[in-house]
Amino acid sequence: MRELSYAEALRECLRQTMTADERVFMIGEDIGIYGGAFGVSAGLLAEFGKERIIDTPISEAGLAGACIGAALTGMRPVGEIQFMDFVALSMEQIVLQAAKIRFMFGGKATVPMVLRMPGGSGTGAAAQHSESLENWFVHVPGLKVVMPSNAYDAKGLLRAAIYDDNPVIFVEHKLLYRTKADVPEEPYEVPLGKSKIVREGSDLTIVATSIMVQRTLQAAEQLAQENIEVEIIDPRTIKPLDSAPIIDSVKKTGRALVVHEAVKMGGFGGEVVSQIVASEAFDYLEAPVRRLAGLDTPIPYNRTLEYHAVPQVENIVDEARKLVQGGY
Amino acid sequence: MTSKHSTQPDYQTYLQAWGQEKALALLKEMLVIRTFEEKAEELYALGKVHGTMHLSIGQEASAAGASLALRESDYLLNHHRGHGHCLAWGSDVNLMMAEFLGKETGYCRGRGGSMHIANVEANNLGANGIVGGGIPIAVGVGLSIKLRKTDQVVIVMFGDGAANEGAFHESLNMASIWKLPIIYYCENNQYAMSMAVKRAFNIERISQRACAYGIPGVTMDGNDLFAVYAAVSEAVERARAGNGPTLVEAETYRWRGHSKSDRQAYRTREEVKAWQKKDPIRHYARALGLDDAGMERYRAEASEIIDQAVAFAEASPEPSIDTILEGVYA
Repeated sequence: MRELSYAEALRECLRQTMTADERVFMIGEDIGIYGGAFGVSAGLLAEFGKERIIDTPISEAGLAGACIGAALTGMRPVGEIQFMDFVALSMEQIVLQAAKIRFMFGGKATVPMVLRMPGGSGTGAAAQHSESLENWFVHVPGLKVVMPSNAYDAKGLLRAAIYDDNPVIFVEHKLLYRTKADVPEEPYEVPLGKSKIVREGSDLTIVATSIMVQRTLQAAEQLAQENIEVEIIDPRTIKPLDSAPIIDSVKKTGRALVVHEAVKMGGFGGEVVSQIVASEAFDYLEAPVRRLAGLDTPIPYNRTLEYHAVPQVENIVDEARKLVQGGY
Repeated sequence: MTSKHSTQPDYQTYLQAWGQEKALALLKEMLVIRTFEEKAEELYALGKVHGTMHLSIGQEASAAGASLALRESDYLLNHHRGHGHCLAWGSDVNLMMAEFLGKETGYCRGRGGSMHIANVEANNLGANGIVGGGIPIAVGVGLSIKLRKTDQVVIVMFGDGAANEGAFHESLNMASIWKLPIIYYCENNQYAMSMAVKRAFNIERISQRACAYGIPGVTMDGNDLFAVYAAVSEAVERARAGNGPTLVEAETYRWRGHSKSDRQAYRTREEVKAWQKKDPIRHYARALGLDDAGMERYRAEASEIIDQAVAFAEASPEPSIDTILEGVYA
C-alpha cells in the first residue's frame, strides 16, 4: 500500500472532504499561501480558493468564534490553531460557548466544528510553543478530544471529527507530521471513541497517547528482547474514552502503565489509572498502576533539558522493566 | 469612515408607511416586554425564580426598533439582558416564561434559563451569559452567510461593557476585512454593572471605534423607536448589499440594577428619575397621539398575555431527573 506522512494524510482528508462537501471549509492563521505553519494545508488555497481556505488575522478568539457561528448555521468548519499553546487565547469561545451551546439550548442546536492544533515538544520551540494541553479540554463536558498517533489514524479520525455533530479538539503532534504509514487513498473514517490495541502482549499493559504510542512501540521492541511482552493500547480519542479494552487488557496482564507527554500532575493519565483501579481489573493487579509523563515544568529551550522534560523511549523501557520485574 | 450621531427622524413619515395596525403592534410589543420584565421581577420577589435575571426595563424601544429592521430569515445573537430582544424577535412568550421558571416546556427545556434563551429554528442563536461572548460568533455567522451566498444578515447585541472586551476588536476587524453582513448593535445603557461608561471609555461615543476598523459608526437615541429603526435599517441595507458591517450604538438606560444583587450605590436617584422621564414607551405612544389613559387598554392586554404565560409556565412540568445528561452531546 501507498505510504503517506501524517501531514499528507491530514491534507488528503481535508481535500477529499472539501471536494465532496461544500459545508466544509478551513480557517486559520497562515493556512493559505504559507500552507500552514507545519504545511498541512499546503496547496489547498490553489485548489479551493480564499473563500474556503480562509487566512485570518492573528485573532484566536475571533477564529474560534468564526467556527462556532458557522457551525451553528449549517457549516462544518475546520479551524487551525497554529500552535496548541495559542488555544489559550481561544478558551472563552471553546469552553464557555462551543462546548455548552447545545446543552444550554436544551439540545436543540448543534456545533459541528473541528479545531486542529499541534501540541508537543521536541522542536526547540521552548515554553510557549511546546505544550500538551489536551487535558484542559477533557475536563469540559460537551467537547470531544482526539489525538491521532499515526498517519492512518490521522486521516480517518479527522474525517470522523468533521462529521461529528459536536465540537472536536483535534490534537496533532509536531514530531509526527513527517512520520509515515500505509494510508488508503479512498476516504475512510476511524470512529471517535474507539481504543485500539496496537500491540499484543501478556506481561504489561501500556496506555499511550499521540507520539508516546510511537515511543512505546520502540520500547516494546527492546523489551521483547528481554522476554517482556508489552500490550499497547492507543485510546485515539481521549474523550470520550473507550476504557473497556484497557480494563480487559489489565485483567489479562495484571500490570498497567500510562504514558503521555503532558505533565503528570492533573494529566490524562490520572483518569486512566482511576478508571483501571475502580474497575474489576483491580482484583487482577500484581503491581501498582504507574504513570510516566511530563515533568511539572514548562518546556525548556535547551536541547538536553527539553529532552529530559518528557518521557523518552529509554524511560519507558526502564519503567516497564521495573514494573514487570517487581521493582515497585 | 466616520462615526456620527443620527438626527431625529420624521416620525410621521414612518407612521404613515407602517399604517395604524403595525404602529400599534409596536406599542403593544414594547408593553409586553415591559410587563414581562415587571412580572419577572415580581416572580423573583415571590421566590418563584431559582436564578438571577437582568431586566431591560427602559430599553424597550431599542429591542423593538432593531428587530423591526430585520427579516425573519436573518439571525440574532443576543446578550444577557436579552428578554426584550427575544420577544421582539417574535418568540413565544409562554415558552420564554416557562424557560425563565426552569420548566421542561421552555425554549431550552429549563437547561438555559434567563441568560441562555435561544430558538435556533427561528434563527435566534441565543442569549449569552458571557459579556461579549456572541461577538466572535457573529463572524462565523457572517462567514456562513457569505459561503452559502444568501442575502441574510446577522445582528449581534451587546452592551457598553462588551465593547471593552478584546474579542470586540478581533471580531470587528475580521468582519470589516471580509465585508461580512453583520450589524454590531451596542446597547449603551451607561453602566457595565457598576462601571460607568464615562469611567470606562475616553471617547465621546462608542461608535467612534468604528473608524479604527474602516466601517461606519452611528450613535442614536436608543429610547426613540424611530431613531433605532432608522439607524439599524441603514446598517442592514449596507450589510445586505455586501458592503460590510456597521457599528450601531443605542444610547439608553436601564432603570433597574444590573441584576438582583445590585444596590445601585454607583448612581443617584436623580439620575434614574431623569432617564425615566425619557421613557421609550411613553415617547412612542405620544407620537401615536396616545396619552397614559389612551395606553391603558394596551397595558391591560399586555398584562393578560403575561398572566397567561405565567399560568402556562407554572402548570408546566419540571424536567425529569433522568434526562439530566440530555443535550450535552449530539
